Amino acid sequence: MSQLTQEAITGSAARGSGYRAWRRVTPYFGVLPFLTLATLFLLWPTISVMTGAFQDSKGHFTFTSVHDVWTSSTHLAIFKNTLLLSGETALIGAILGALLSYAVATGKPDGILRRIWVSATGVLAQFGGVMLAFGFVATFGFNGFITTFVKSFAPHSFFANPSWLYGITGLAFVYCFFQIPLMFIVFLPAIDNLRPNWREASDSLGGSTWEYWRRVGIPVLTPSFLGSSLLLFANAFSAYATAASLISQGSIITPLEISGSLSSETGLANAATAKALSFGMVAVVVVVMALYTLLRRKVSKWEKS
Amino acid sequence: MSSVAVQLNDIAKSFGPVKALAGLTLEIKEGELVALLGPSGCGKTTALRALAGLQDLDRGQILVGGKDITFQAANHRGMGMVFQAYSLFPHMSAQENVEYGLKLKAHKVSAEDRRKKSSELLELVGLSTHAGHYPHQMSGGQQQRVALARALAIEPKVLLLDEPLSALDAKVRIQLRDEIRRIQLEVGTTTLFVTHDQEEALGIADRVGVMRDGVLQQIAVPQELYDRPTSAFVAEFVGLTNPIRGTVSGSTVSILGSQIATLPGSVTSGEGTALVRPESIRVEADPSGSAKVVTSSFLGSVCRSIVDLADGTRITAQSASSQASVLRAGTSVRVTLDTPAVFVKSL
Repeated sequence: MSQLTQEAITGSAARGSGYRAWRRVTPYFGVLPFLTLATLFLLWPTISVMTGAFQDSKGHFTFTSVHDVWTSSTHLAIFKNTLLLSGETALIGAILGALLSYAVATGKPDGILRRIWVSATGVLAQFGGVMLAFGFVATFGFNGFITTFVKSFAPHSFFANPSWLYGITGLAFVYCFFQIPLMFIVFLPAIDNLRPNWREASDSLGGSTWEYWRRVGIPVLTPSFLGSSLLLFANAFSAYATAASLISQGSIITPLEISGSLSSETGLANAATAKALSFGMVAVVVVVMALYTLLRRKVSKWEKS
Repeated sequence: MSSVAVQLNDIAKSFGPVKALAGLTLEIKEGELVALLGPSGCGKTTALRALAGLQDLDRGQILVGGKDITFQAANHRGMGMVFQAYSLFPHMSAQENVEYGLKLKAHKVSAEDRRKKSSELLELVGLSTHAGHYPHQMSGGQQQRVALARALAIEPKVLLLDEPLSALDAKVRIQLRDEIRRIQLEVGTTTLFVTHDQEEALGIADRVGVMRDGVLQQIAVPQELYDRPTSAFVAEFVGLTNPIRGTVSGSTVSILGSQIATLPGSVTSGEGTALVRPESIRVEADPSGSAKVVTSSFLGSVCRSIVDLADGTRITAQSASSQASVLRAGTSVRVTLDTPAVFVKSL
């Protein structure tokens, strides 16, 4: 009898531990869709690019593609263009977006202006690609309405000759169209987190407006500003569709060059070159994201206080 | 405590249709700690913010040390302020926070003096070992201590405390309340303390002002405010009261078979409701008593009993804890009053 009881207890305990283990595991099922998505569309392509950059056409390990690409002055110049374009648009987008965020944040928190602006920027930040490029071509292109209008009274002015639109300057101009709204979206929470009583504490301690911004406001916002700028940099660095729609001839930035290497109309397609170029881009994005994570960590500590 | 340090003369402020301050007049003496007490929305925080220069006024005048500062900007007033919400600068250590005011143009001192002063103040608030800690590394109580040290660093003309303890848990709140009082007495800074917690106000202040609807109802030393309220609102807001019906004749009221003097401001004739403190009611076990104990709770130092009187009125009485074993539920008791005077409001 006692043996039976003992078995019943042992059996029940075993079932109990199995149930507890099941309870521990089940919450992770919710993450499965995310993990699947991340594996299929982020991890697998990245690994494919990283390994492909070091393989020849027969799949053997080689440094040739990476060496050839990263010692070529042409590739390096285009890579430098891409970095400069990303840096410039990140800087312009960050400054203008931050000012815009501040202007909106100082208004009523539930005001109509803020609600409309937040909704609008949510759309505009994702408005890159063919539609955006077409919008600029129709406005500032060779037969764009502004070009036509300006030509009629100032034929020698900057806007009368729209060739700038199809180069780096044009790309920078167009990229700002989604960079500024993106900065607005990611930086607005940081501005909202500036507590009114920090300003009041500074005032009561004798601080002027300038002293508050110099010693409190700007230092508190700096990590968020830099982090947001890095996001903008990565956003511009990896942008492809807008540039591809605007610039049909030549590869002036690395994403266009990668596309050209994968599907050349002149039979010069070279997947190894594309992967070697992508390897460089992945490396830059990894560095940018690592810096972003460090800055976020700093800000999240401050948010706890 | 002699000369008047702060004078608020008939100050008023409305937010749309809401009158936050409706002609508040208040004087605070040099080195005095005055607490403004009142329910939410009574205007106490608006009054403090107006004194700090963080809130403009519709009417009235503010004088500090005899000087009219009504229209002076907040950063020229020389007030130290501790806020309800934690307000330390998150990117600065405790020491850097304390030094903040001393780095500003208004109070600038040398780096050496700054360091010396901040160390002294951190020592004063008991956080000398936390000088290098950042706000996210400190508890709420520690953050408020640093905020107090930061406010004191500029040697303010007036220290303003805007419900500084309300975000803290009960134990830390009592500890820090006593600390604030100790430090205030040590430093001697004129202080205005705003709170909705009566125990906090009575426990810390030289005088307590009770506010309602933007005006001061009564200001007095804690004992007087508690024992001799001048209005029904003050009597009921500060401490517990039992409303007991009685008959007023001149300056006395007849309740529970006793004749008790009425406080100034009470009704002077006819039926009224006397507001009697629980500790003014004596409950004694008596088999022939007409009242009955409903429940009795032992609260450590005292015993609190709920008693039904013969006419059905339910009252709360407080007696020595030794009575707890005697005053059990259902016990017949005799109820008498032990107070020199009570406030009586109209029915």
